[in-house]
Amino acid sequence: MRITQGTFSYLPDLTGEEISAQLRYAIDQGWSVAVEFTDDPHPRNNLWEMWGLPMFDIAGAAAGLAEIRACRAAYPHRYVRVSAYDASYGRQTTALSFIVHRPPDEPGFRLDRQEAGDRRVRYTLTPYAARDPHGERYGAPPA
Amino acid sequence: MAASRWNAGVIPYAEMGYYEPDYQPKPTDILAAFRVTPQPGVPPEEAGAAVAGESSTATWTVVWTDRLTAYEHYQAKCYRVLPVPGRDGEYIAYIAYDIDLFEEGSIPNLTSSIIGNVFGFKALKALRLEDLRIPLAYTKTFQGPPHGIVTEREYLDKYGRPLLGATTKPKLGLSARNYGRVVYEALRGGLDFTKDDENINSQPFMRWRDRYLFVMEAVNRAAEQTGEIKGHYLNVTAATMEQMYERAEFAKELGSVVVMVDLTVGYTALHSMSNWARANGVLLHLHRAGHSTYTRQKTHGVSFRVIAKWCRLLGVDHIHAGTVVGKLEGDPSTTRGYYDTCRLATVPADPARGIYFDQDWGSMPGVMPVASGGIHAGQMHQLLHYLGEDVILQFGGGTIGHPMGVAAGATANRVAVEAMIKARNEGRDYLAEGDDILSAAARHCAPLQAALDTWGDISFDYESTDTPDAVPTPIR
Repeated sequence: MRITQGTFSYLPDLTGEEISAQLRYAIDQGWSVAVEFTDDPHPRNNLWEMWGLPMFDIAGAAAGLAEIRACRAAYPHRYVRVSAYDASYGRQTTALSFIVHRPPDEPGFRLDRQEAGDRRVRYTLTPYAARDPHGERYGAPPA
Repeated sequence: MAASRWNAGVIPYAEMGYYEPDYQPKPTDILAAFRVTPQPGVPPEEAGAAVAGESSTATWTVVWTDRLTAYEHYQAKCYRVLPVPGRDGEYIAYIAYDIDLFEEGSIPNLTSSIIGNVFGFKALKALRLEDLRIPLAYTKTFQGPPHGIVTEREYLDKYGRPLLGATTKPKLGLSARNYGRVVYEALRGGLDFTKDDENINSQPFMRWRDRYLFVMEAVNRAAEQTGEIKGHYLNVTAATMEQMYERAEFAKELGSVVVMVDLTVGYTALHSMSNWARANGVLLHLHRAGHSTYTRQKTHGVSFRVIAKWCRLLGVDHIHAGTVVGKLEGDPSTTRGYYDTCRLATVPADPARGIYFDQDWGSMPGVMPVASGGIHAGQMHQLLHYLGEDVILQFGGGTIGHPMGVAAGATANRVAVEAMIKARNEGRDYLAEGDDILSAAARHCAPLQAALDTWGDISFDYESTDTPDAVPTPIR
C-alpha cells in the first residue's frame, strides 16, 4: 500500500526540482522549514524525529533540499517529510507538510477489532512494521 | 418636550428617544444594520426609530413605568439612516444597543431582542438584519468553536490544502450496510470526510444506531487502507436534547472524530452540543438546514453573515457557507464576506462584500467553512481561488456519480486538489491555467480524466438574489 498522509501523496513522487519549488513558496511566505523522519507512520504519531532544528532563517531552497537529501541518505528505510511552519499570530501551526521519501516497501497497517457487547467494536490500527523495534523496521539492517 | 414625552397616548418613536442622529456609538455597544422598507407615508427616520424601539424597551404607547428606570440607558438608538443606492424605498438604519441589554453568552437572548418582535411590525413593509457588530466585550462571554481550524488540522494531521468531503447519496433509503459501503469507498478513494445529509436522522429504513456501527467500520477500514485519519459526520439531530446526547455519546464511544447537527435544532441546542463537543474532543459539524427561508431574499429576513456570526460565537467547528460556483445561491463577493466572517481574526467593514462593520473576534478560533452542493473536480481552480485553503470542499454527486465508481470519484477530487495546490505554490497563474493543470494531472490519473470528461462543462449560471449593493469603482 501507499500511505497517503501529507499534502501531495496522491501525486507522483516529487522530483528535487519540484520539492525546491515548494520550499521556495514556504520561504516566500516567511515560514520555517523542518525535516522529520520516522519508522512509525501511525496517523496518530505526530512526533516524527527531528532532523536537526527547524530552519528558521533558511537562506534558500537549496539549503533545505541539502538537508532532505542528507536525511534520506542517513535513513533510507524510513519515511521522511518536510513541514513548513507558520509562526504568525492566529496560526502558529504547520502550514504545509509532505512526504519526500518512503521506505522501499510499505506493508501498511493491520486493523484489530475487539468485539464488545451490543455489536460494538473497538478498532486499533497498527503498522505491520511496528512488530520490530525502532531502527530495524522496513528492512533496515540491525544496528 | 419633557412634559409631552410622558403624556399618555401614542407618540412617534423618533420623539421618544429612539432616533438620535448625534449619538456616538460606544466601543461596547452592539451595532446593527437593518435594511428597512417603510410603508408608504412612514418617514425613514421614524421607521428606523421604530425598529430601535421595538427591539429594545418600547411598546406602542407611552408607559409611565419607564420613569422607574434609567430608561435612556436601555433604549436602543437609531443613529443613522441612509438610502440604499439603486434600491427605491429601501434604507439602511444603523442602531446601537447598550451591552447591558443582553445576557452574557446567550445567542437566544441576543436574537430574541434584536429579531424578536420587530420583523412583523406593520409600519414596515419589509425588514432585513444585514449585519451585527459584536463588541469584543460581548464576544468574550462566548468560547466559540470547540476546536477551530488550527486545532482541527493538528488533530487530523492534514495541512496545506482544502479538506475534501462528500455527502452520502442517495439521501434517503439506503440500508445501514449499503450506506457503510458508500462511506468506505469514498474515504478509501481519498476523501477526508463523508457526511450524513441533513435529513438523515433515524428513519425506519435506517435507524441511527445501525448507521453509526456500519459507518465506523467503514471509517476504520479506510484508515487502514490509507494510513490517514478519516471521519464521517454522524448526524445526531433528534427531537430532544436527551436523544442528541445519547447519539453523540455513542458516536464518541465508537471513536468518531466528528458529529454533526442541523441548524433546525435551534441556538440553545447548538450551544449545548458545542459544549458537549468541547468536553469530549469531538469536532462539531453544522449543516445550515432551513437557513434559506430567511437568508436569501434581499429585503426581508436575516443575512447569513449574521447567522455565521452567531454560530461562531456559540461555537461550531464547521459551517456550510456556500460554493459560489455550485448549484445553490451564492454571489462571489457576498460569499467571500461569509468566509471572512468565519475565518479571520479581524474582519474589516467592506461594502463590496456586504460587511457593514469592523468585527474584532479577539483570539476566538476560526470556523472551517464548508462548500457543498453541485461542485466537481473540474472547478478546482475556481474553488481554490474563491474559497481559499481553509475550507472543506464537499463533492457529493461529484464523487458518488463518477462513472468508474465511488472510490475513483474520490481519487479524482483528491488528485485535482493536490495538483492545484502544487501549481499554486509553484507560482503558476492557476486560475487562468486551471484546465491545463487538471489535464496534466489527469495524464497520470484515469479517474480524474473521466471526471473531467463527465462534468467538465457543467456549471450553474443563475443570477444571485442576495448581492451587495456596493460595487467597487476604480480610483484613478
